[in-house]
Amino acid sequence: MTIYDIIFYLFAAITVVSAFFVVTTRNIVYSAYYLLFTFFGVAGIYVLLGADFIAVVQLVVYVGGILILLLFGVMLTNRITNVQIKTGTIKIVPAAVGVALFAGILSAALLKTNWKTINTEVPISTAHTLGLLLMQQYAVVFELLGILLLIALIGAASMARK
Amino acid sequence: MTYDFFNKLFGSQIVAALIQSLLPLFFFILPFALFAVWFERKVSAHMQDRLGPMRVGWHGWLQSIADILKLIQKEDIIATENDKPLFNIAPLLVFVGSYAAFAAIPFSSAFIGSNLDLGVFFIVAVSGFVVAGILMAGWASNNKYSLLGAMRSAAQIISYEIPTILVIVTIVMVTGTLNLNTLSEMQTGHFWNWMIFGGPTFGIAKFLLIPFMILGFVIIYISTLAEVNRTPFDIPEAESELVSGYHTEYSGMKFAMFFLAEYANMFAVSAVVAALFFGGYQSPIGYLGNLIGIKWFIPIEQLLWFTAKGLFFVFVQMWLRWTLPRLRVDQLMAACWKYLIPLAFVNLIIIGLITLI
Repeated sequence: MTIYDIIFYLFAAITVVSAFFVVTTRNIVYSAYYLLFTFFGVAGIYVLLGADFIAVVQLVVYVGGILILLLFGVMLTNRITNVQIKTGTIKIVPAAVGVALFAGILSAALLKTNWKTINTEVPISTAHTLGLLLMQQYAVVFELLGILLLIALIGAASMARK
Repeated sequence: MTYDFFNKLFGSQIVAALIQSLLPLFFFILPFALFAVWFERKVSAHMQDRLGPMRVGWHGWLQSIADILKLIQKEDIIATENDKPLFNIAPLLVFVGSYAAFAAIPFSSAFIGSNLDLGVFFIVAVSGFVVAGILMAGWASNNKYSLLGAMRSAAQIISYEIPTILVIVTIVMVTGTLNLNTLSEMQTGHFWNWMIFGGPTFGIAKFLLIPFMILGFVIIYISTLAEVNRTPFDIPEAESELVSGYHTEYSGMKFAMFFLAEYANMFAVSAVVAALFFGGYQSPIGYLGNLIGIKWFIPIEQLLWFTAKGLFFVFVQMWLRWTLPRLRVDQLMAACWKYLIPLAFVNLIIIGLITLI
């Protein structure tokens, strides 16, 4: 067991334990902060996989964006406008069916995939290659995604104006 | 480089990495924060025609040490209505966010916490922890002023991150690297090779770039000022409206943690601006070490230059704080969304066109 294995298990434990608390905690603000640790753990695992760009994007998008938005929403509604946010278990049967289906798909993907394992000494930075791929091979997809995001932005702005 | 040295000395990667990661804290941030608190008080005093602290030591230079001794002895107050776990974690989270940025800042060619290839991007990313910590502090305090302050702070930091990132993208477009160490090395030589003077490559493009680089610098300086919640953008802790915002309820060492994080953040953003536009650790006039032929002296000189540049921008932040009045919330948002972001976009496009020449 090398030092990298220990670090991997540390991050994996952070991710799994905090993810467990995200769903079991009754207090929604606590859930949101456990989610912070889940995102952090996932980012750490990306770093260990040599995907440095994805790891930083994970932090930017999830911690800096989605989590803050979530907290903002919860705090604004909960404390300031006195809207009660319910945290509890409702509709157990459909939820169980959905979760079981999703778990089945995930475990099938896990078992059926032909995982590639490559031994690398020092992971090389991925930003350069990623940029070239996005600008050359996947340029159309990249532009389409840009348009999709623009549409979402315009939609949000027009909804906010009403 | 220091990492290799410690690795050889102790023969263990873990010990070397630990020492490497603690070096900036004990040898830089703590002395800097103590100095900056005293300096801020002196700057404000002299701007208002006062003397400031004069009793402890020469011109009061030991005042912040006396203050920190006082803060250590103070009672750690946790009100019954506070959310205890979050209340205790929040100062740590804020400090972790601002200290993480120091991992990617090159202090000299011999010392950078971690020579990340995505340096600037990483610094932008970890600022998310600061926002989460501030929101946590505001919410856990269970106090409407704290919550309002935290909300304002989060809204402000997120909004002003956009112009910051746009200017960083501009620089990345010209230089083709996100690594702050490489970026600093590119601007070697004399001060006319700095990005603010159009970068190291000589040509027509260099001269065309200068006015737009200056505009970019002004935009990023204003927006980083807002990101560290300093006046004229200090509405999150506006004393006259919100007591002191999200750290109203904190006392003793936890308050000191917020203070330390604020000063660490001030230096971090100044250092990023210095590394992007003002050559990072590079000397503007050549090195004494080269002149007298002592190679090992160059990294020390670079550290001094870097500190000097960082301190200068911190001084400008203080200067602005004690000169300008505070912006209103709507003015603050208008300044960002209506002026800085469009300007930054136009600047990005123009610089992109110039680099095609």
